Amino acid sequence: MNWDFKSAEELLDLCSEKSLPISEVMIRREMQLGETRREAILDRIDASLRIMNTSVDRAISDPVRSMGGLIGGEAKRLDDLDESKKICGPIIHGAITNALAVSETNASMGVIVAAPTAGSSGVLPAVLISMYEHGNIDMDTLRRGLVNASAIGYILTRNGSVAGAEAGCQAEVGSASAMAASALVEMLGGTPERCCEAASVALSNLLGLVCDPVRGLVEVPCQTRNAIGAVGAYTAAELALADAGLNIPLDEMVRITYDVGKALPESLRETAKGGCAVAPSLCAECSKEAAWQKARSLM
Amino acid sequence: MANNYIGIFDVIGPVMVGPSSSHTSGAATISWMARQILSGVPVKATFTLYGSFADTYKGHGTDRALIGGMLGYRSDDVRIRDAYNEARKSGLQVDFVADRETHVSHPNTVDILMEADDGHTLLIRGESIGGGRVRIRKLNDIVVDFTGEYSTMIVGHKDVTGTVAYITKCLAEKKVNVATLKLFRKEKGKDAVTVIETDSFIPEMLKEKILEYETVTSVDVIEV
Repeated sequence: MNWDFKSAEELLDLCSEKSLPISEVMIRREMQLGETRREAILDRIDASLRIMNTSVDRAISDPVRSMGGLIGGEAKRLDDLDESKKICGPIIHGAITNALAVSETNASMGVIVAAPTAGSSGVLPAVLISMYEHGNIDMDTLRRGLVNASAIGYILTRNGSVAGAEAGCQAEVGSASAMAASALVEMLGGTPERCCEAASVALSNLLGLVCDPVRGLVEVPCQTRNAIGAVGAYTAAELALADAGLNIPLDEMVRITYDVGKALPESLRETAKGGCAVAPSLCAECSKEAAWQKARSLM
Repeated sequence: MANNYIGIFDVIGPVMVGPSSSHTSGAATISWMARQILSGVPVKATFTLYGSFADTYKGHGTDRALIGGMLGYRSDDVRIRDAYNEARKSGLQVDFVADRETHVSHPNTVDILMEADDGHTLLIRGESIGGGRVRIRKLNDIVVDFTGEYSTMIVGHKDVTGTVAYITKCLAEKKVNVATLKLFRKEKGKDAVTVIETDSFIPEMLKEKILEYETVTSVDVIEV
């Protein structure tokens, strides 16, 4: 029995042939290709989940300024928000808060799990931990969610890109959002087909998202992009679970995302030469003109 | 990492000190590898940064990651954040040079000039090639190419017939299977470096045995 797969289509074939969820196919693939035992894999999954949890907690309980000084303390402010103003409900509010928190931990040199990248490391913990805390999800289902996400991430890495420098933020936060969307569907008992549909919707909703880090740092707008990646995952999962999603197969969507990414101008692929990176008010150094005008207006 | 498939933990990972897999995690790994190859305790390290490393190293903590690696920290070690203090406590002197003029083939390149406590020096060039993965491209003036993703033995020797045969004989005797073996040299008959990547742990006895050979000048091992 060969558990390897090269595309979403091959993954879905394996799932339907053996009547298994995506996470189980991914675990058996890892056991086969990595010549390793199930327990060893699950131990590492647990270790990853623990680090994700710590990377959330740290920024909320003990906020610090980021290395570049552009962010810090936002997750705690969300956490402290008055109950009457939490318009998103506990699950999504929790996810937004967690996404900001991991971004802060990352930007202040704390320990994170790159999933699939450091820049997009907030999305998966945001969604998984909020589901565990507010969504009646047990530990075993949570593990399944993370493994399911890795299967989607693998397809994206193999057949597309997860590098902002190559294909924009849609390749980083977009990929993480697709991974989280698929994880949510499996955690809520959806079929492998619905998982892939959710991933496809999540990708299409962030299609074209540019990578435009202010001063080239993983801080602004990366932090809030992680939040929208998480929220986008819930939207896509709910659409797919209701069979109200998109009819573009995941493999096609991976290709489309990659092609759009390569078509982005270089200025919008992690070079800090376009988008938010050149916002005059944020980028004093790269816009002396703006600084001068501001100074003049104050005279 | 050594296997040629993308697994669960290649996607969900690496576990690392932020903020950037290429600018922080990769930088720490290059410097950590440099320390393994130095053979000895470093007392001084000069880091020359090129390309994107030169432009954004402070905000990405590349400097702290490089110091951390030189102190022997892996890329998930939280002490990287306080690396400047840790270096002071350990008596490691560090200097940074941002070279924005010299053209290099990869945008995230660093040259590390190390001085060990016995006075000997070593220059290493490393590239951070994405996702925390790295490549060593230069040992002193010899151009090399290896990643540290396997157990790796780096043998410095004179480019004399029979040296490589001796090395492989020693490996075979200790039943260490070779994944790749590459010889790098600047000129025929002068200094050479043979880099051997293996499928298993490289025992200490093997290092000593290889070092006994008259044309061999150094043997260093990087374990995954």
